[in-house]
Amino acid sequence: MTTAQARPRRSRAAPAFVAGYVILLAAFGIVPTVYAIYFAFTDSGGAFAGLSNFADAAADFRFLSAIGHVALYLVCWLAGLVVFVVGLALVLHRLRARGVSRALRFLYYLPGALAGAASVMVWLFVLDPAVSPVGFLLRALGYQTFGQVIAPGNLPVLFAAIAFWTGAGGWIVVMYGALNTISPEVLEAATIDGAGAWQTARRIQIPLLRKWIVYMVILAFAGGTQLFVEPQLLSQASVGVAGRDYSPNQLSYDFAFQNDNVNTAAAISVELLVVGLVVAAVFVVRSGFFDAD
Amino acid sequence: MRTEPRRAIPNPLTALVLVLFAVFFVLPVVWLVLAATKTDDQLVHDSPLSFGSWEALRANWDALTGYQSGAILLWLRNSAVYAFMALAITLCVAIPAGYALAVTEFRGRRTLLVATLVVMLMPNATLVVPLFLEVNAVHLIGSMWSIILPYSFYPFGVYLAYIYFGAALPRELLDAAKLDGCSEFAAFRHVALPLAAPVVALVGFFSFVANWTNYFLPYVLLPGSDQVPVQVGLGTLLDNVPQFNPTAGALAVQRPEVALATLVAIIPVLLVFLFSQRFLVAGLLAGATKD
Repeated sequence: MTTAQARPRRSRAAPAFVAGYVILLAAFGIVPTVYAIYFAFTDSGGAFAGLSNFADAAADFRFLSAIGHVALYLVCWLAGLVVFVVGLALVLHRLRARGVSRALRFLYYLPGALAGAASVMVWLFVLDPAVSPVGFLLRALGYQTFGQVIAPGNLPVLFAAIAFWTGAGGWIVVMYGALNTISPEVLEAATIDGAGAWQTARRIQIPLLRKWIVYMVILAFAGGTQLFVEPQLLSQASVGVAGRDYSPNQLSYDFAFQNDNVNTAAAISVELLVVGLVVAAVFVVRSGFFDAD
Repeated sequence: MRTEPRRAIPNPLTALVLVLFAVFFVLPVVWLVLAATKTDDQLVHDSPLSFGSWEALRANWDALTGYQSGAILLWLRNSAVYAFMALAITLCVAIPAGYALAVTEFRGRRTLLVATLVVMLMPNATLVVPLFLEVNAVHLIGSMWSIILPYSFYPFGVYLAYIYFGAALPRELLDAAKLDGCSEFAAFRHVALPLAAPVVALVGFFSFVANWTNYFLPYVLLPGSDQVPVQVGLGTLLDNVPQFNPTAGALAVQRPEVALATLVAIIPVLLVFLFSQRFLVAGLLAGATKD
C-alpha cells in the first residue's frame, strides 16, 4: 500500500486523535490480558504458582473432551463454510438474472440478523420434531424427540449448522462483491479461450478470492474456538443433559463462577488467548491482507 | 458471439441447489414469524407453516409483556441503552483514531496499527472472564459502564476508518486546508468528516449489530436480572418453558411467547439489515481494492 502520494505527515495533534482509542485499548485489550496472565500463574493467595493452574485445567476430566468438541465443531463449520460460501457465490455470480441473484443473496443474508441467542432459540424449535417446520425430515431420519436430535454425536454438526445459518449469508455477499471486482474482460477472455465454468472458477476466480477466503477462515476459526452461547442455551433447554461444559469457554466460566476458582479459569482464558493471538499474528504477518503501511 | 459468461438459465441442478439453500435460510425465519401467531396447542398440532390468529398473537403479546410485569420491555430498553451508548462512543473514538492512523505520522503509530490488527482478529469472548476479574477489582460490577465501555472498544471500527481515510481522502485536499491556515482539528472537521459518511455508517452497522447480539459479556458481567439485555433475557425465558425445563413452575412461559420474544428481540437488527446489504459490500471492498 505504499503509494507515492500517500506518505503520512508528521503531526503534533495526532495523539489527541488517538487518545480515546488508546485508553480503551489499554483498559479493555491490554489490562484484561495482563490480568488473565497474572491470575493464570498465581494461586488463590496471589503467590506464584508456576504451571499448576494449567495442569489443574488439563487434569480436569472435562478439559480434553471440551477441546475435542470444539475441534470437531470447527472441522464441520469451516469445511461447510468454505465449500458452500465459495460455491454459492460463484453460482450466484454466473446467474444472468441479476434480480434473482440479488434476491437470493438477500435471503441468504437475512438470518444474520438473528446472530447470538436468537438463532439458538429458533433452532431449538427447528430441532424439536414436535413443532419443527422440518419435523417430517427429522422423523424420516429416525428422530422422534428433541432429546434424540440433540444426542452428543450430533452436536458438532448442529452447532455448525446454526453458525452457518447465521454467518454464511454475509460472507456470500462479501465474496460476491469480491467476484464483481474481477474485470469482465478477463472472464470474457477465458470464455473465448474455451474455459468452462469450472475452469474459470478454478483458475481465475478462486485464486483471486483466496485472500478473502483466508480472512473468512481465520475469523470463523477464531470465533469458533469461543463457542459459548449455543451449548449454554442448549444445556438450559435440555436441563443440563446436552451441552453442559461442552466448550472451553463454558469450562472457564464454570471454574470462575461455579467452583470459585478464578486461577484455573484464567489459565483456560490464557490458552484460548494464545491460540487466538498466534492465529491472528500469523495472518497479519503472512497474508499481506493487512499491510500496515 | 459467445462472450457473455453469465448464463441465461441455470441448469436444473444448480437451480435446485440455490432453491434448497434459500429454503434452509428462510424457512426458520418464516416459521418463527408464524409461531408467534399461534397458541401452544396450534404450534404442535397445526401445520408448521400455517397462520394462527391475530387473537393468539395478541394473547401471546399480553402474556409476554405480563411476564414479571414487563421484563421484556425492560430488557429491550437495556439493550438499546447499551448498544446506542456504545455506538456513540465507538464513533467518537474510532473515526478520529482511524483518521490519524491513515493521514498522519506520530510516534508509536506502527505499534498501534499492529496492535489494532491483532486485537481485531482475536475474538472478544477470549477476554470476558479476565474482564470480569478486572471490573470486579475496580468495583464496577453491576454498573452499566461495565458493559458500555468494553462494547465501545472496537478495533475493527478503527481499522475500517483507517482503510477508508487512507483510500478515499485526497491528500491534496488536506494539504490545501493546511495552507489555508486550518489546524489539524479544523482540517478533520471541515474536510475529512464531511467525506466520512460511508465509513461512519459501516462502523455504526458492525458495532450496533455486534453489541446488540452479544450474549457472553452481559451474561457474565451483569448480576441483576433487571439489568440484562434482551439476548440474555431470552435465556431466562427459555428456563421457564415447561417443554424445555420440566421444573418450570408458576412462572411458566409458553413456547409461542418465546417465539414472539425472539422476534421482538431481533427487530432492531433486522431493520438495520434490511438497509445495509449494499453499503456493506461497497464499504468492505473499498479496503480490498486499495492495493
